[in-house]
Amino acid sequence: MQLELVLQYLVAGLTYGTIYAVVGVGFNIIYNTTGIINFAQGEFVMLGGMTAVTLHRFVPLPLAIAGAVAVTMAAGALVEATCIRWLEKPSVLRMIIITIGVSILIRELALVSWGESVRALPYFTGNEVSSLTLGGVHVSPQVLWSLATCVLIVVFLWFFFQHTSLGRQMRACAANRDAAALCGIATKNLVTLSFVLSAGIGALAGCVVSPITYTAYNIGTGLAIKGFTVAILGGLGSSMGAVGAGFLVGVLEAFSVSLMPAAYKDAISVAVLLAILFLRPSGLFGSGAAARLKTA
Amino acid sequence: MSLLEVSGLSKRFGGLHAVKDVSFRVEKGTIKAIIGPNGAGKTTLFNLVSGVIPPDSGAVLLRGEEVNGCPPHRIAAMGVSRTFQQIRLFAQMTALENVMVGVHPRSRAGFLAGMFHLPWTWREERDIERRAREALELVGAADLAGADATSLSYGQQRSVELARAVAAEPELLLLDEPAAGLNMRETSELAKLIKRIRERGTTVLIVEHDMGLVMNVSDEVAVLSYGEKIADATPRAVQKDPEVIRVYLGDDAC
Amino acid sequence: MLGSRYARVALFLAAVVAVQLLAHAAEKPFFLTQLTMAAYYTLVAAGLSLLMGYAGQISLGHAAFFAIGGYASGYLTTVDLTARREGPLVAVLARLHVLVPHADLYGGEALSFHPWAAFAVAVVLTLAVAWLIGVPVLKLKGHYLAMATLGFGTIVYSILLASESLGAADGLGSVPPFPLLPGISVGGGRAARVANYYVAWGLVALALLVLSSLVESRVGRALRAIHGAEDAAASMGVDVARYKLKTFVLSAVLAAVGGSFLTHFNAGIGPAEAGVMKSVRYVAIVAVGGMGSLWGTVATSAVLTFLSLRGYFGTLDDAVFGAVLIAVMLFSPDGVLRFDPRGALRTARDRLRGSGVAG
Ligand SMILES: Nc1ncnc2c1ncn2[C@@H]1O[C@H](COP(=O)(O)OP(=O)(O)OP(=O)(O)O)[C@@H](O)[C@H]1O
Ligand SMILES: [Mg+2]
Repeated sequence: MQLELVLQYLVAGLTYGTIYAVVGVGFNIIYNTTGIINFAQGEFVMLGGMTAVTLHRFVPLPLAIAGAVAVTMAAGALVEATCIRWLEKPSVLRMIIITIGVSILIRELALVSWGESVRALPYFTGNEVSSLTLGGVHVSPQVLWSLATCVLIVVFLWFFFQHTSLGRQMRACAANRDAAALCGIATKNLVTLSFVLSAGIGALAGCVVSPITYTAYNIGTGLAIKGFTVAILGGLGSSMGAVGAGFLVGVLEAFSVSLMPAAYKDAISVAVLLAILFLRPSGLFGSGAAARLKTA
Repeated sequence: MSLLEVSGLSKRFGGLHAVKDVSFRVEKGTIKAIIGPNGAGKTTLFNLVSGVIPPDSGAVLLRGEEVNGCPPHRIAAMGVSRTFQQIRLFAQMTALENVMVGVHPRSRAGFLAGMFHLPWTWREERDIERRAREALELVGAADLAGADATSLSYGQQRSVELARAVAAEPELLLLDEPAAGLNMRETSELAKLIKRIRERGTTVLIVEHDMGLVMNVSDEVAVLSYGEKIADATPRAVQKDPEVIRVYLGDDAC
Repeated sequence: MLGSRYARVALFLAAVVAVQLLAHAAEKPFFLTQLTMAAYYTLVAAGLSLLMGYAGQISLGHAAFFAIGGYASGYLTTVDLTARREGPLVAVLARLHVLVPHADLYGGEALSFHPWAAFAVAVVLTLAVAWLIGVPVLKLKGHYLAMATLGFGTIVYSILLASESLGAADGLGSVPPFPLLPGISVGGGRAARVANYYVAWGLVALALLVLSSLVESRVGRALRAIHGAEDAAASMGVDVARYKLKTFVLSAVLAAVGGSFLTHFNAGIGPAEAGVMKSVRYVAIVAVGGMGSLWGTVATSAVLTFLSLRGYFGTLDDAVFGAVLIAVMLFSPDGVLRFDPRGALRTARDRLRGSGVAG
């Protein structure tokens, strides 16, 4: 393979990797505060992208994106308030089924409101043919927008969790929910916040990558599986790990297209998921402690 | 040959040496107690013997045969049964059904036999139920048979768990703090019951904090402290052992 | 227990007859077509009920087993081996009547597997796949098991979608009827509607008889014990891994039987049968019918699947399943048949008050 082609694949992989990484991080935020894997995580990304496309018909792009993120955050809060908040120590099976139900509902609502057509926001700068040349490779500016957004999200989350009192409370809640509650932390509200946060970052990422990857009502399930793969690969609960793993899976997928029919592309990340679950449940960057949770 | 022989058994949890080079024997037909302060490693030792967790090193010999590394169901099939410190009854099953599961090692109907309800399984099923009712009778809980197991009172749940453990008439019975949460009358009933179980031919290894019970029923007592065995003798000798008094009975003695 | 089991199956069969007579009296014989299809989907739900409700293990990949069964039957009964007639293996199989000549789409003659042979292959293939997948997957728990089975389902779906020899997005068509017994076959269009209806629901009755026997046996008790407290079950001598695996394989094979029969009945199958949404529907049906209630699951499956196939939910078909899932899991996690309105109201009130304090 020529070097240039390799680099093109790399760039494509990084773009998709952004979205996987953000979904993975979203999984982690909710998992850390609740112990729940939210199967509707991918739907937040879809909801963000689709809402922004619609809003953009009436308002300028930045406003449309801000509006879409706000709408999706509200949806996240609604999901938590109606389906999670008032359950007392629900079983894992019950939570899996409920969040799957939520994902179906969101998807079907999207189908009814937007139909089956594939949509995209316009390129933020330039258009689909404009490109920057970096070291001999043509890179769409939108790829840079995606990467920058991903970095922004990570930095924001790092600052939030390390340097704000709310973020520290959420970490306390993640470490030990009962103890946090005893210390007077309103854990229920933090759970709502975690849904709002992960919905928000999912929606933002969904907007930024949509010019390249497009969006449609049914992209959620695939994203959920990939985001979960990424979350596991990075070590469940670790956001930095998820980001690294997200890019890894994205790149792996991009290169797989050059080796086998594109239809098998999705199978690649699932194969990675299964391999990780069986061989190294603690993830590539994770610790043994997380691994025990999996079988305990 | 001893029924159970534990030699050089060790288990670490991260930096914590929960069980450290522990060796002891349990002779057939005896009652042996393991005592020690909270966190001494008694439950961990039970988990090692019953195969719930594998040891880091050392061996567990059952009738001279090495069983460490065997999964728990294999060890159960070899005649070792146990109760749990934290009661582990099967939810959404009656007390009788719980105890019937205890007869599992003494029965053999598998998937095909069950699916086609083969005639020989009818007899086996009756036999399982008879054994289970006997076990409930033995622990004095015959009247609880039809009750939902997890809705019973704490003491009743303990009884049902004990019945489940003895239903298969095990060779070796491991009891993890069977008297916890029982009042004095119930504890003395329990002492009689343990002796009766021994008379049925079951060897008993018991972990217990209630010294009255331990001194009453056991032939031998081993003492654990911070994962290490510090004494192993008759109840009388252990009571007088200065080392034991220091680490364990210290508060009582002074 | 014994008497009640046969009595229930008899009652079930009576209901099956009653529905047929009703459809006849109402002059809606075409209902039987969807009812027959519903029966085959019900087989999947019944098997999954054993796995989820009794053994407590979730699977979000059972549609894949249904599809494997269906595609194996469909492919083997339509593949034309005439060109390889001279090959030794083909010749032997033809002599043994495993391969039979039949008319192909264009009026010519094709040499394909006899439906019984194809059915046997479908069952064995599913058994093997379920076994191979089950060994590693069932070591996982909770979310991990759910995701791993979901992943397995999506792999099967994308393979089916990408395989030209399996008809890619169009799936397989022109699958011949399945001559079950002399004079009775699965498939065969409108004329055989009543017979097909009875074959399908007879099969469900048989499955119910077998599964309810199992549930009430030593194995059934052990499965419920695994559900209740896995470590304690192991300490009582239950080989947890083996029991889970066998249950998984059994439920997969039931799904494959349903898939194989439905493919003959419909004369074809498409990749959508392996889709994630199908798997989720089976889970929904088990959840609504009640975890650990075989009969509730069958009743739910018959009703929901029939309504869905008749198109009563319109374009909201999937949304209905999603909403039903959420509602049942929120308000009556043990299934609608065990819904306790007063209890639910009480807990809802307590919780509202509780969260008001916390919030
Ligand atoms: N699975 C585990 N992981 C990590 N540490 C463990 C685990 N199980 C036990 N421990 C630790 O090992 C030590 C011994 O525990 P163990 O339960 O065996 O004590 P014990 O003698 O039964 O105490 P008690 O009388 O309170 O029941 C304790 O410090 C406990 O915290
Ligand atoms: Mg203990």
